[in-house]
Amino acid sequence: MVKVKISMQCPETQLNLGGIFLIKGNDFEDVPDLPEVQQAIENGHLDVLREKKKEVKEEKKEGEEVLVFAEQRSGKIARVVFELLGKARELADKLNVKTAAVLLVDEDNGLSKELIIYGADKVYLVESPLLKNYQTDLYSKVISDHIKKKKPQIVLYGATHIGRDLAPRIAQRINTGLTADCTGLDITEDGLLLQTRPAFGGNIMAQIICEKNRPQMSTVRLGVMKMKDKDDDRKGEVVNVKVDISEKDIMVKVLNIIKECKKRVNLEEAEIIVSGGRGLGKKENFKLVEELASLLCGEVGASRAAVDSGWIAKDHQVGQTGKTVRPKLYIAVGISGAIQHKAGMQNSDLIIAINKDPDAPIFQVADYGIVDDLFKVVPEMIEALKQ
Amino acid sequence: MNIIVCIKQVPDTNEVKIDPKTGTLIREGVPTIMNPDDKHALIEAVKIKGNNGGKVTVVSMGPPQAEEALIEALALGADEAILLCDRAFAGSDTWATANALGSAIKTIGDYDLLLFGRQAIDGDTAQVGPQVAEFLKVPQITYAQKIEVNDGKVKVERQMEEGYEVIEAKLPCLITCVAEINDIEYSSLQGIKTAYREKEVKVWSVDDAKADKSKVGLLSSPTAVKKSFTPPAKGQGQILRGTTKEIVKRIVSILKERELVGGF
Repeated sequence: MVKVKISMQCPETQLNLGGIFLIKGNDFEDVPDLPEVQQAIENGHLDVLREKKKEVKEEKKEGEEVLVFAEQRSGKIARVVFELLGKARELADKLNVKTAAVLLVDEDNGLSKELIIYGADKVYLVESPLLKNYQTDLYSKVISDHIKKKKPQIVLYGATHIGRDLAPRIAQRINTGLTADCTGLDITEDGLLLQTRPAFGGNIMAQIICEKNRPQMSTVRLGVMKMKDKDDDRKGEVVNVKVDISEKDIMVKVLNIIKECKKRVNLEEAEIIVSGGRGLGKKENFKLVEELASLLCGEVGASRAAVDSGWIAKDHQVGQTGKTVRPKLYIAVGISGAIQHKAGMQNSDLIIAINKDPDAPIFQVADYGIVDDLFKVVPEMIEALKQ
Repeated sequence: MNIIVCIKQVPDTNEVKIDPKTGTLIREGVPTIMNPDDKHALIEAVKIKGNNGGKVTVVSMGPPQAEEALIEALALGADEAILLCDRAFAGSDTWATANALGSAIKTIGDYDLLLFGRQAIDGDTAQVGPQVAEFLKVPQITYAQKIEVNDGKVKVERQMEEGYEVIEAKLPCLITCVAEINDIEYSSLQGIKTAYREKEVKVWSVDDAKADKSKVGLLSSPTAVKKSFTPPAKGQGQILRGTTKEIVKRIVSILKERELVGGF
């Protein structure tokens, strides 16, 4: 938006710029940046009176910040941190306070800058060779001490393996409430953090508040909060925090970090399941499902139709007469989604269905549906995941 | 090697139904079970005892009927069972639960290893284990998929998003176990007989546990449920459009967002 008026040099007394009428002698507020408007400015037919309508913004209060734990692994910020910063921004604006991130790392290497362009007003940077990798004792000490000193009103953590190890330890140490695995966060009329989370296997949603104790703390489910677009020009403050930590504080020692698939488990306890159905056509094609599952470190499931056809053993069957599953990810390949099958998998966190029939009932419970030939989609997915 | 295992009796969430008229949870007739992750922790404890000798004590907090879960634990090989059962404990959130369990564990005393399940299927918080560890000021290792006990130390494989860490800690130590740690076992007939004939479940009040009354129960809990509701029907999800390549690219990026595929 710009504020403009027709310049003295312009031969016309009125202009029609992409549907916007301007008359000489008057000022026009809030004119959109259409290409026609830009052109007229360049030609000197328009004078720009003000670039942007200045937002009237109160100065943000100091203190009582919304703090985000900036989890890093191998020197890379976890993606959920950017999602948390997006949410923190929203909450902080409602409370008229600043957003801050606390980053524990061996060397900054541009990570604080990254946190700022994704929404942090302040980054508390704690650098030490001892903080290179996550370690429960040191991380909980540094962050608990920081919280006690700076008194943020809200602290958010990603519900990762690290976040879910760290946050409860801190909550108990500083004696405050912690709500796990939130899928919604908002501010109530009284200025409290309203935390929404699924319970009873996703059968109900609970809204939780922490009225008296501070800070209000949540771990937040991955991929739920919207990340804000990055703003490379965003300015923020980096505060170097000195801490007193030593090897002596370490009770559990990380000897090694190994990257590989999790051990196999039975279907009911699997976090990732790829299931195949009648659409696969024949036994040999079940290999596609197996390959996709193995690339995702997941387990193989099947619909009754696939089991009845003898393509796979009965203990892989998902559904009313099979197993009830609730993985983090369920991919249904060529499964139409009979009611008995849906009953066994509809509480999965994320459901992706691939079926060429757009009317297949499986799409009623899928978060993402792909109406396409599975023999095109699955090989393409396998290719993409191999990279 | 004295091992204390904390277990919870939970409604079988697979069997939970919603009243279509009122939209509320129907609790009646829903079977209760020993929380699955806790059962894995218990089986692991019995295994460790088998290799090292010692004693396995199970502790639970809950209403009188939670005794059933403790009897099952005795049948599976636990030596002693304690149920924290007192109105004063009712409505505890995870902080208050940790204070109650932590106090009871202190009162039992003389422990080398504390085993918990990673999380309970009714709440899915995974918080009580680490919170008890902090209460007792002992080291914690969460998400354990393998435990080796040796020479006053434990070596544990701790699951991470992209693999696992190998962690070492001195005893006493608190470990939370995932399902991958062992295979589920069922109580033997002999185990059940012994549980009923030779073992008993002790019931402890808030005073028996030597818990601070101002730090347990509903009113002391920092968090409170303000409201609960049934989730809106998921409804038709999103149908992804575009070429196969575009759709697959989108799917892979969704999986990366949720850390369901390696690399983030």
